[in-house]
Amino acid sequence: MIAFLTYKGILVLVIFIITLAVAAYSTYAERKVAAFLQDRIGPDRAGPFGLLQPLADGAKFFFKEEIIPNVSNKVLFVLGPCIAMLTALMAGVVIPWGNTVFLGGKEYALQIADLNIGILYVFGVVSIGVYGIMIGGWSSNNKFSLLGAIRASAQMISYEIAMGLSIIALILMTGTLSLREITLQQAGGIGSHWNFWNVVYQPLGFIIFLVCAFAECNRTPFDLPECETELVGGYHTEYSSMKLGLYLFSEYINMFISSAVISTLYFGGFNFPFMNNVGLSHNWITVLGSAFFFGKVVFFIFFFMWIRWTIPRFRYDQLMNLGWKILLPLAIFNIALTGLVSLLFSR
Amino acid sequence: MTLYAFYFLSFVAIFSALLVVFSKNPVYSVLYLIITFFAIAGHYILLNAQFLAVVHVIVYAGAIMVLFLYVIMLLNLNEESEPHKNTMVKIAAVFSSGLLLLVLIGSLRGASQLVHKTGGEIGLVQNLGQVLFGEFLFPFEVASILLLAAMVGVVMVGKDEEKNAND
Repeated sequence: MIAFLTYKGILVLVIFIITLAVAAYSTYAERKVAAFLQDRIGPDRAGPFGLLQPLADGAKFFFKEEIIPNVSNKVLFVLGPCIAMLTALMAGVVIPWGNTVFLGGKEYALQIADLNIGILYVFGVVSIGVYGIMIGGWSSNNKFSLLGAIRASAQMISYEIAMGLSIIALILMTGTLSLREITLQQAGGIGSHWNFWNVVYQPLGFIIFLVCAFAECNRTPFDLPECETELVGGYHTEYSSMKLGLYLFSEYINMFISSAVISTLYFGGFNFPFMNNVGLSHNWITVLGSAFFFGKVVFFIFFFMWIRWTIPRFRYDQLMNLGWKILLPLAIFNIALTGLVSLLFSR
Repeated sequence: MTLYAFYFLSFVAIFSALLVVFSKNPVYSVLYLIITFFAIAGHYILLNAQFLAVVHVIVYAGAIMVLFLYVIMLLNLNEESEPHKNTMVKIAAVFSSGLLLLVLIGSLRGASQLVHKTGGEIGLVQNLGQVLFGEFLFPFEVASILLLAAMVGVVMVGKDEEKNAND
């Protein structure tokens, strides 16, 4: 029992640190990617290639003056960023970061908790995440913040539906809600026996899920809650210092987690091509698999940034039309199609 | 351990449910109601019904309460704008909710016999699905048609108002 708790504790700590590190360096990567796409150099003053930029940003956030507006609701004003950060970090619990490792004759899974409802847990956490934005926006007692908060809630609710329906088609196919089992079903791949990743069987579901993930993370082209051309700063207009930092940081953590979920569900998780043919021991395959997993995650984070600096922001009615009139019927069609195909071919 | 968790969750649920009723500010009421829902989800987990717990969180805390909060924020309700109801309405509300409590307690009377029948695994998604789509298929489908009818009704009501506004 003690050994089990120690192991899980260490795993939680490691994943917490990795999440924070990836989120911190995403802020750096975001600016570098933006600079690359716009033919600039980007941050290069702090350390070699500007690699210390996230540390400099963090230090700056801490030393900034912290302003809590007089007319705001103080308790909720502080609670808002806390909830945003907390829920962002919670989703990482069920993601399988790697296969099992054998140490001293014992098997250790590189996953904090293998819930049999894993994917629903992620949805639950995501659906609570919007409270951070709503509470923060409302308690600021500022019209622009309130508008940002209201937009965030409407957007999250709308896209959660299409996201949930796109997942149902995947669950129909895999027959399990556990993220670990979904990953293990995609094992093998090219090589000894042919077994494709889920994206091959669920291309439409993947595209719907991807679009909804952008909307859920409040990333451009769906960043209406903080649309600076209309709403000053959106829900975090009144925030300063590290509270603003927490909001911005939670967005990057969300991006990291959704990249991990996309990789797990549709791109094989910790599986990689030829994994049964390289002739390494189980532990080394696991280590390589985790490396591949993080490679996929990094690619999707890059994809998030690529889209952000390529596509302009939607208008609000366009956003709602896309969610309700295009993605929702497409997702339902996808469910019907998946059901029909799995009935006919009984895969 | 389970017993202490049960007492803690029950305390949180009852305390925050009381605060839902007693807080003057509607936004606080909604936030306390969310905490109540979380406590109830915790009870589901104690009963080994993880699926019910997470669906409870997604549907109630994650969707319905977001809409509640949305409406309250949009209408900008707060302590000053809260309408004051007269005493008769309050007494009637207390009386009718007391009746509801009686009905709920009455329905739980035979519950102690059910505990061992289910074997404690009924809440897992696989068992629940088999029960829902086997034994209770007909009520389940009827409930879904009821929900569909409600949805169509809402769309119709919304459309009607839009037409009237244009006239």
